[in-house]
Amino acid sequence: MARVVVDVMLKPEILDPQGQAVQRALPRLGFEGVSDVRQGKRFELEVEGPVDGDALARIHELAETFLANTVIEDFTVRVQDADGNERPVEAGTDAASEGAVA
Amino acid sequence: MTTRIGVVTFPGSLDDSDARRAVRIAGGEAVALWHRDKDLRKQQVDAIVLPGGFSYGDYLRCGAIARFSPIMESVVEQAKAGMPVLGICNGFQILCETHLLPGALTRNDHLHFVCRDQRLRVENATTAWTSDYADGQEIVVPLKNGEGGYVADERTLDELEGEGRVVFRYLDGNPNGSRRDIAGITNEAGNVVGLMPHPEHAVEALTGPTTDGLGFFTSALKKLVAS
Repeated sequence: MARVVVDVMLKPEILDPQGQAVQRALPRLGFEGVSDVRQGKRFELEVEGPVDGDALARIHELAETFLANTVIEDFTVRVQDADGNERPVEAGTDAASEGAVA
Repeated sequence: MTTRIGVVTFPGSLDDSDARRAVRIAGGEAVALWHRDKDLRKQQVDAIVLPGGFSYGDYLRCGAIARFSPIMESVVEQAKAGMPVLGICNGFQILCETHLLPGALTRNDHLHFVCRDQRLRVENATTAWTSDYADGQEIVVPLKNGEGGYVADERTLDELEGEGRVVFRYLDGNPNGSRRDIAGITNEAGNVVGLMPHPEHAVEALTGPTTDGLGFFTSALKKLVAS
C-alpha cells in the first residue's frame, strides 16, 4: 500500500477570505510576523498495487476532474515513501514512470 | 398537454419542493426527479430545474459531488441539445462544476452567510428563462448563500459581458464579492441559466417578498409551448 498526497490550493489570483481571516486573527493571539495565509486542502490517497506511471496518470486525472476545480484551484501530486518523505510527480512525463513505487 | 418541468432532488437539496410549487403556480406540470434516475427521456420532461440546497453537504466543493450523480450525464446531454435548464443557487454551483456554465462560485468575501431580499437587474431578457422580463427590469427575490461569489478569469468575464451572457446583476450593493456584480449567467445558446438568488421563493404574495420570480417559470413554459 502506497500513499499519494494531493494538495489543492486556490489559485494566487483568487481571493481567499478564509486564509485572510486566519491571518488577521494571528496578531490577536500574539503571533506576529505572518503577512499572508492561504488555506487549502490535502488529500491522502491509499493506493492499492504499485504506484507506477499508469496509476499516477489516473490519480492526476481524478485530481484534475474531481478533487480540484481547475477554474479556481491548482493542485500538486506527490508520492510518499515508507519513511514519509514526499516527492512531487507530474503525470504524463518520464518523472511519473520513474516515480514507480513497488 | 401540459408542459412538464422536472426538478431534480439530490441528497441535501432544500428548495426542490418550492421549485416544483413555482412550476405549478406558473401553470406547468412539476415532475419530481431523483438524482439516481439515469435516463431523463423516460421522464418526458421539457425542461429541468436544479434547485437550491446543500447537495452532499457541500462536501469537497459546493456541487462537486452532485455533478457526478447518475442523472447529471443525461442533464448535460439534454442541455447541450437545447433543453432549458435552470440552476438556482446550489443548482448554479452544479452547472459551473459540470462546465455547462463557465466560472465558479466561491466563499462570500466577507465570510458571512447572506439571507436577504435582493434587488437585481435583468441584463438579458432573451434567454429561455427570462423572456417574460424586459431588458433592464429590476426585480426583488430572496438571496441566501454562503458561497455565492462568482469568479472567472478576466477573459471569460469580458466574453460573458461582450456576448450579453450576464443575465442578472446585483443592485444596492454586492452581497458576496461576485466579480462585476454578476448574479446570474447563461450559456451561448441561452437555454442554460444559473443564478444565486432564488426566484422560486418569490412566486406568490403570501410567502414571498414579491412575485417577481414567477417570470422565470412562465418564460420557460411559453417558450416550450411555442416550440
